Amino acid sequence: MTATVTPPSTTASPARTSAAGTRRSGSKGRPSTIIVTAVLVVVALYFLIPVYWVVVAATKSTEDLFSTNGFWFAPTVALWDNLAQVLSYDNGIFIRWFLNSVLYAGIGALLATYFAAAGGYALAKYEFRGRNLVFGTILGGVLVPGTATALPLFLLFSQLGLANTYWSVLLPSLVSPFGLFLCRIYSQATVDTSLIEAARLDGAGELRIFHTIGLRVLTPALVTVFLFQLVGIWNNYFLPLVMLSDSGLYPITLGLNNWLSQVDRLPEFYELTTGGVLLSIIPLSIAMVVLQRFWRGGLTEGSVK
Amino acid sequence: MTATSPTARTGRGPSAQPPARPGKRGDRTGAASRAPWLLLAPFLALFILTFVLPIFVAVLSSFTKVTRSGLFGEAGVKSEFAGFSNYAQALADGSFVASIGRMLLFGVVQVPVMILLCTVLALMLESASAKWPGFFRAAYFLPYGVPGVIATILWSFLYVPGLSPLFDVAALVGLTPDFLGANTVLWSIANIVTWSYTGYNMLIIVAQLKAIPGELYEAAKVDGASTWRVALSIQLPLIRPALVLTTVFSIIGTLQLFAEAQVLKTVAPAIDSQYTPNLSAYTTAFAYNDYNVAAAQAVLIAVAAFVLSFAFLKFTNRKSS
Repeated sequence: MTATVTPPSTTASPARTSAAGTRRSGSKGRPSTIIVTAVLVVVALYFLIPVYWVVVAATKSTEDLFSTNGFWFAPTVALWDNLAQVLSYDNGIFIRWFLNSVLYAGIGALLATYFAAAGGYALAKYEFRGRNLVFGTILGGVLVPGTATALPLFLLFSQLGLANTYWSVLLPSLVSPFGLFLCRIYSQATVDTSLIEAARLDGAGELRIFHTIGLRVLTPALVTVFLFQLVGIWNNYFLPLVMLSDSGLYPITLGLNNWLSQVDRLPEFYELTTGGVLLSIIPLSIAMVVLQRFWRGGLTEGSVK
Repeated sequence: MTATSPTARTGRGPSAQPPARPGKRGDRTGAASRAPWLLLAPFLALFILTFVLPIFVAVLSSFTKVTRSGLFGEAGVKSEFAGFSNYAQALADGSFVASIGRMLLFGVVQVPVMILLCTVLALMLESASAKWPGFFRAAYFLPYGVPGVIATILWSFLYVPGLSPLFDVAALVGLTPDFLGANTVLWSIANIVTWSYTGYNMLIIVAQLKAIPGELYEAAKVDGASTWRVALSIQLPLIRPALVLTTVFSIIGTLQLFAEAQVLKTVAPAIDSQYTPNLSAYTTAFAYNDYNVAAAQAVLIAVAAFVLSFAFLKFTNRKSS
């Protein structure tokens, strides 16, 4: 607690202690704990209230949605009716969107992580001509915004006949310059060169050395890269919006926006949209909370020196 | 970004097969010199397809003018070098320039507010005074898992009168807010962005705070430093790299703003089809079918993001040395 550093903390003014955020040093603080916790609770309300609202809204019928208090449940709970409607509307298109998102994000993130690991490892562990040029070019890619390439990519893919296919969203998702950047730094720091030399003397091939030694040592960084890419693809909106016109190929973000754009004409789309939003934020919210500790590894390794 | 200076000293092309290193391991050097290219191949191929080629296409088409002869272009399409005329047209478009100005205003306010907020939250969570830090970390980080579009749909319900309970709460204290008015809707978007990314940025800072060696705190304690002093003299200087990183990513993100504005457009008449630079380029391409001017706009946005991040990095480097 702060009191171990500054003895008169029991008399400290609220303004001072509330801002005093420092170290864990054992004992339990009194006024400072209450004030800091109060501030943290208020901020937590800000982050959680929209989610709470959608949980409440998804339990209401369309009439109740507009006539009852938004922060509390209506007398009649229509949650199951709403969810059933979400899942069955238009022959279960919502489920299709969901599976599309799982496909884009799951396969995309898995392969992107593998490619980034191989590339980062190669740039860290081999000396070859052109290495700096390759790395410099890829590093430039980190700073190129994804939306800047989406439009020209659409023009390019239209000419190749790839626009409006699964590939048009999947292929760009397989590249993570930031992931390669992290993997290179992590390889330099953790993959032992003498271990590689030893494996070579044992007659192991170069690719085999990467797959047995490299990938295993890199695992913590790979988890971080995978999560980054997974969330990045799952949240992506601009690329599928530009690429896809067939609603059967939509990821969930595009599909729900499609429903929202119809609420003006058909109010029952409010129910579909709130129910769909609720269903779509459940899986990633759980993943965020459970996997939160993995976001640490590698994040700071990628930071600016 | 890192200590490595990327392109310096390498005039040689990447295509050249590296020559076998002289001597020592005989025929093994052949395999060893092919290996890095084999490992790099999938990434490089996709990188060229989805980064290098599109950028090339964008720059090329931003300097091209397509003219169709005949009433419906039936007499053929002609492409010719257009110089900077597409850029001139993009910059002469008042709405496009205004959208860049709008994003600068947005960035000047939203980025510092968010960085300040996530720094204070990180320091508080890492302090001895915080209870249940795990719960709060998870609660703050949760919005990052909600896609920008979904977050905007969520908040748009909370911005619409009649649907949102926020208006009932505001009425209790005698306020009648208008979240979607011409002057306020920009800050309503800023709120959505702040809601989405504060927890994520906070986690980067928390990670860096955890990396501070305990001896530093011990030494500060021996010297009798106050918590303020520890925060200002030890923690803030040591989390500087994380602050710079999050700020640069936020600046790039601000110029990219698209989903929030496009989705909120359905409920907010104050948002036009050129509200943000990206929305403007999207409209030019798909509503007006003018891909060449849209390409010029995309290049301008990327260059602006690059220049701003670079300027910020230069500024922080100068201050530190």
